[in-house]
Amino acid sequence: MTIEEIVKESGPSQKELIHILHKIQAEFGHIPPESIPAIGQHLRISPSEIFGVLTFYRAFALEPKGTHIVTVCLGTACHVRGGVRIVEEFERKLGIKAGQTTADRKFSLETVNCLGCCAIGPVVVVNGTYYSHVTQKKADSILEEYSDAGRKP
Amino acid sequence: MRKLTHPEHLAEWKKRILDERPVYDKTIVVTSGTCGQASGSLRLIEALRREIAERGLAEKIGIEVTGCHGFCEMEPSLIIYPEGIFYKKLEPKDIPAIIEQTVLQDKIIPALVVEDMATGKKYPRQKEIPFYRKQMRLLTENNFRINPERIEDYFALDGYQALAKALFELTSEGVIAEVTASGLRGRGGAGFSTGRKWEICREAYGHPKYIICNADEGDPGAYMDRSLLEGNPHSVIEGMIIGAYAIGASEGFIYVRMEYPLAVKHVTLALEQARRQGLLGTSILGSEFHFDIHIVQGAGAFVSGEETSLMASIEGRRAFPRQRPPFPAQEGLWGKPTNINNVETWANVRLIIDKGAEWYAKIGTEKSKGTKIFSLVGKINNTGLVEVPMGITFHEIINDVGGGIKNKKKLKAVQTGGPSGGCIPAEKLNLPIDYDSLVQAGAIMGSGGMIVMDEDTCMVDVARYFLSFTQEESCGKCVPCRVGTRQMFELLTRITQGKGEAGDIERLEELAATVKMGSLCGLGQTAPNPVLTTIRYFRDEFKAHIEGRACPAFVCKDLVAFYIEPDLCVGCLLCKQNCPVNAVSGERKKLHVIDQALCVKCGACFDVCPSKVQAVSRLTGKTREKIAT
Repeated sequence: MTIEEIVKESGPSQKELIHILHKIQAEFGHIPPESIPAIGQHLRISPSEIFGVLTFYRAFALEPKGTHIVTVCLGTACHVRGGVRIVEEFERKLGIKAGQTTADRKFSLETVNCLGCCAIGPVVVVNGTYYSHVTQKKADSILEEYSDAGRKP
Repeated sequence: MRKLTHPEHLAEWKKRILDERPVYDKTIVVTSGTCGQASGSLRLIEALRREIAERGLAEKIGIEVTGCHGFCEMEPSLIIYPEGIFYKKLEPKDIPAIIEQTVLQDKIIPALVVEDMATGKKYPRQKEIPFYRKQMRLLTENNFRINPERIEDYFALDGYQALAKALFELTSEGVIAEVTASGLRGRGGAGFSTGRKWEICREAYGHPKYIICNADEGDPGAYMDRSLLEGNPHSVIEGMIIGAYAIGASEGFIYVRMEYPLAVKHVTLALEQARRQGLLGTSILGSEFHFDIHIVQGAGAFVSGEETSLMASIEGRRAFPRQRPPFPAQEGLWGKPTNINNVETWANVRLIIDKGAEWYAKIGTEKSKGTKIFSLVGKINNTGLVEVPMGITFHEIINDVGGGIKNKKKLKAVQTGGPSGGCIPAEKLNLPIDYDSLVQAGAIMGSGGMIVMDEDTCMVDVARYFLSFTQEESCGKCVPCRVGTRQMFELLTRITQGKGEAGDIERLEELAATVKMGSLCGLGQTAPNPVLTTIRYFRDEFKAHIEGRACPAFVCKDLVAFYIEPDLCVGCLLCKQNCPVNAVSGERKKLHVIDQALCVKCGACFDVCPSKVQAVSRLTGKTREKIAT
């Protein structure tokens, strides 16, 4: 779908803004800058308002993300079970900091406040697949699974 | 699926559903909420289906997929009915034996049965397991019996009967009187009387009126709302329709955080089904009441759990809180009267209408009625969601339901109420849990997160963790919250790095008072609580960090060193192989040494060193300084 088509699916009211941004983010993996005036015209709100909203929420990104999105949970339960160590392991292995994307755009590393699977922490999610009781060792094998030589493309 | 246009249709429809339901010799129920799926329930279901098909048992044995059963520690798990046999931590390879021995020959497989950690006693039946036996599962019991993707399962358990009762036997004032008399208080944290809240909104001038279900469960460590929405979405929807009728609202919203994709999926489906059956839309069940519900997905901002921010977010704006009054009941969504309740509060409504306020008010304590779902997580044996009557003590939850502390460590504290709550020390845990007693102890009920911490948890680090959370999630509107939480976070960081100075504790307390006083919304007003309670109960630990440059729990990296005792090391290479940064040198059968300059203090060597060797030791404070030089 093009940006125009996505925007036109919703009614011309500001309450649709976050919904539209979600759909564009899902389709393109980020919010392309050219979508801002298109949304503004449809909803009759200023580009600065849209920019304000999309940078306020963690869900939206202006830069494209990597093919594989590694999300490490840092909720309280994961924290007391060593979630920080897991983030650091990914940071070391990928050579990037949390919130960044590798230069080859293969991996993005993100953290999340809580995924609500506190019983099985530390939890890591890669492209929507959940991994439970993650250790530093398991973190390495998760990355291998998604690397070029691994099973999952 | 037919449209129900008369209250009597419900009973007829229920009868038809039960008549048409296939009858099986055995039914296998697999728990498959988000955490079930994360532990591999989907592979289990696939293996079950295959095994049953291959053996040609499809007509004798049924498979049901349900939401969360609460015993997350044991997932993926399944229950075999009618006996109610509970098997834990399963893998697809266990399936053939389960079908062969238990399902076909009624033999129990001891290895798959839950066992009491302390006594070693085995509990094959779900109802007998101590984790379940001590609970009072009013809201969560139906999670065993409902496939959340099928509204029929909900009808079969008398679903929407309470709605019919409200619409056709009670006036809207009658519904409010009933909810008020029940003593139900908001489960989102603050504990305001639900009936009173509805009444204020009902009496407010303005049209249309809105209701909102707050499912932006942002408190890290709390996930009961996710479990209710995933496992039994119609119980929340039914509560909302009853509430809308009482208040006179015509439109409702369920605001779900985006981190819960399965909850979004199940709620969206449930709303469609309810609409098709005539339970939402115009003339609900043939009455003159019209009402519909929309789902709105959050976008990852903690502050949007605050009611005024949440409404701003639904309106398509940044989730900034605003001054109250006017309260949402007077001026809410788009300036109209709006009633907002938490998921668990809405789920309680149908129980009250169905069984009566008098019945409900008998459960709990004098001022806190009913049950509360807690997510019991952290360093505890039986992690999971527990539903208990108000007034139970922490000790009962931790020892009887939770099965005690992991690895027989010592209990140190329990954190309740998420970033707005506080840490209650072990010696205070004979406290009966209700809204008021928790506030007295410096914590709050919050949405029900209960994080158990043992002696290996550093309280300064916990305080720092919560402040790192709130300073990042502060929306930035109020300066004391935006700058104050940041300053507190930096002070705490310095303390955990061993750079604390005399007077830091007092500075933290002073900042805390300012942030509390000068912030507009609950986020800022409560953000200092985790720091204040940890200082109140664990001042010695703060002092150890500041004065002794020591972390007694061996958590704060800059204050800890790992060291291999030369006389104990057997040269097994384990620590060397597991070190992520190759800081360990040494050969087989020869002494290993950690290069302190390379060490990132992840503790991997300490964890893998065999318990009979224990050559890796952790040093902090003065002992650390000796080897660091």
